[in-house]
Amino acid sequence: MSERGGLRRRVSRALYQRPRLRLALLLALPLLWLLIAYIGSLVALFLTSLYHYETDPTGLVQKLVTTPSTTNFHRVLTTDVYRTVAFRTIGAAVSVTLIDLVVALPVAFYMAKIAGPGLRRALVIAVTMPLWAGYLVKGYAWRSMLDPAGGVFHEVFGHSPGFGLTGTILTLAYLWLPFMVIPIYVGLERLPDSLLEASTDLGAKAGRTFMRVVLPLLRPSIVAGSIFTFALTLGDFYMAQIVGGTTQFLGSIVYREFSANLPFAAAYATLPIVIMLAYLFAARSSGALEEL
Amino acid sequence: MYVSRRARYLLGAFMALVLVVMYFPILYVARLSFNKARSFAWPPQGFTLEWWRAAYHASGPREALLRSVETALLASAIALLLGTLAAFALTRHRFFGRNAVGFLAVLPIALPGIVTGIALNSGYHRVGITLSLFTLVVAHATFCIVIVYNNVAARLRRLSPNLEEASSDLGADMFQTFGYITFPLMRSALLAGALLAFALSFDEIVVTTFTAGSGFETLPLWIFNNMFRPNNLPLVNVVATVVIVLSIIPVYIAQRLSDGAIGASGR
Repeated sequence: MSERGGLRRRVSRALYQRPRLRLALLLALPLLWLLIAYIGSLVALFLTSLYHYETDPTGLVQKLVTTPSTTNFHRVLTTDVYRTVAFRTIGAAVSVTLIDLVVALPVAFYMAKIAGPGLRRALVIAVTMPLWAGYLVKGYAWRSMLDPAGGVFHEVFGHSPGFGLTGTILTLAYLWLPFMVIPIYVGLERLPDSLLEASTDLGAKAGRTFMRVVLPLLRPSIVAGSIFTFALTLGDFYMAQIVGGTTQFLGSIVYREFSANLPFAAAYATLPIVIMLAYLFAARSSGALEEL
Repeated sequence: MYVSRRARYLLGAFMALVLVVMYFPILYVARLSFNKARSFAWPPQGFTLEWWRAAYHASGPREALLRSVETALLASAIALLLGTLAAFALTRHRFFGRNAVGFLAVLPIALPGIVTGIALNSGYHRVGITLSLFTLVVAHATFCIVIVYNNVAARLRRLSPNLEEASSDLGADMFQTFGYITFPLMRSALLAGALLAFALSFDEIVVTTFTAGSGFETLPLWIFNNMFRPNNLPLVNVVATVVIVLSIIPVYIAQRLSDGAIGASGR
């Protein structure tokens, strides 16, 4: 055996006998990266949100005050505009989630329970692929379709919702639909057919079986899907800019303030974090987190 | 559950309708890139390669393309390394805080992009790092780790430990076992993870907005900066089509390589 082979064997044996060392070697890089780059950044975000700008006595110069204070949070909670925008964004997130749910249920049901195995596989690919590509391009496509002057909606259906809140909600519901379809499909596929047959044997019609058997069992999957549609809408600002006309979302304000007043942007950005954490906490009890 | 024939047809028709709605906008933009008219008015008119020629010779989109590819390649390479290491650590070892590490890996994409973006921005700001290609790559790699991790971990969980035990019973050391047994079985999952990471990075704009240096325009940023200029719309159509094709191809290949569906949890 060559010298190098001998060394390699010794290293291999040393590692084999020390699982903790092996674990440390595997974990060190990714863990350090995530802690420094990501957790470090979140801490920085939080610290920044405690700073604020103050106008000096002359009223001309904005001065950054680095003594921690809750000034920004106070402003978020007491200013009408910021509250309105926050509620509008939450409302949009709820609407998008409901639209996606209504569309995703029959689609996922068809995929899981009616389509044959070959078609099913093709459909899963067809539904999943758009999830990965063309976020901005799709927004742009919807901009062209919603255009009140000559867009597809106007020309084909005779009416376009135009650029505004409705257009933004439609576009976002379109964008996030696969995130709702996939978990529900997975949930339905796991649901044994025998359960549905038993319900039929006991005399329930399709609608009743769906409401009383399928829906309750699908709850974790639905909640899992809604986490995506809700969170993604909550943080979005590009679609509001592209198809929203003058509509402002939570993200729009963070984006606008970010170059002018980073501490305030940071404080406003903690709002979606808090809402999402509350949502995740509420979702925990339904067992949805295991579905993610 | 008995589903009547009529209900089956109705559900089938709805499924078809949803697929049409899903793909129509993308195909429409692709069609517009060959449109004779400059506007995106319906219906499209005629067929021309003029805009593709113009886009090919325009310097803006080409530079943006190079930057996007550069960013995506670097970010997915880093994510491939870190995600694979994390997958081995979390599937092969039981330790205190294992779930926390898994949660930590998902966090960058579980939180809205704007949060991840502005957090990284204030992190850089605080340490005094100027935004550049480096800061952008670090940001993209951070949210791509979980994509690779998911793919590799799924494969590792399915891999029978018997194979590796047999290998060491036959006298192979750990490195030999990895090289002859584990790696060949993992190869397609690694490639799938890297391809998905590439596609995700290539397509990303929100985190990019907050972490790219000024004047550093990726392809999605170029599209956004030009879509409000009516004169540039034909070029935007071409670039948008290129973005779609360049991110759909790796996703399609990844889909074929990975064991199951690449689920929503990937993102």
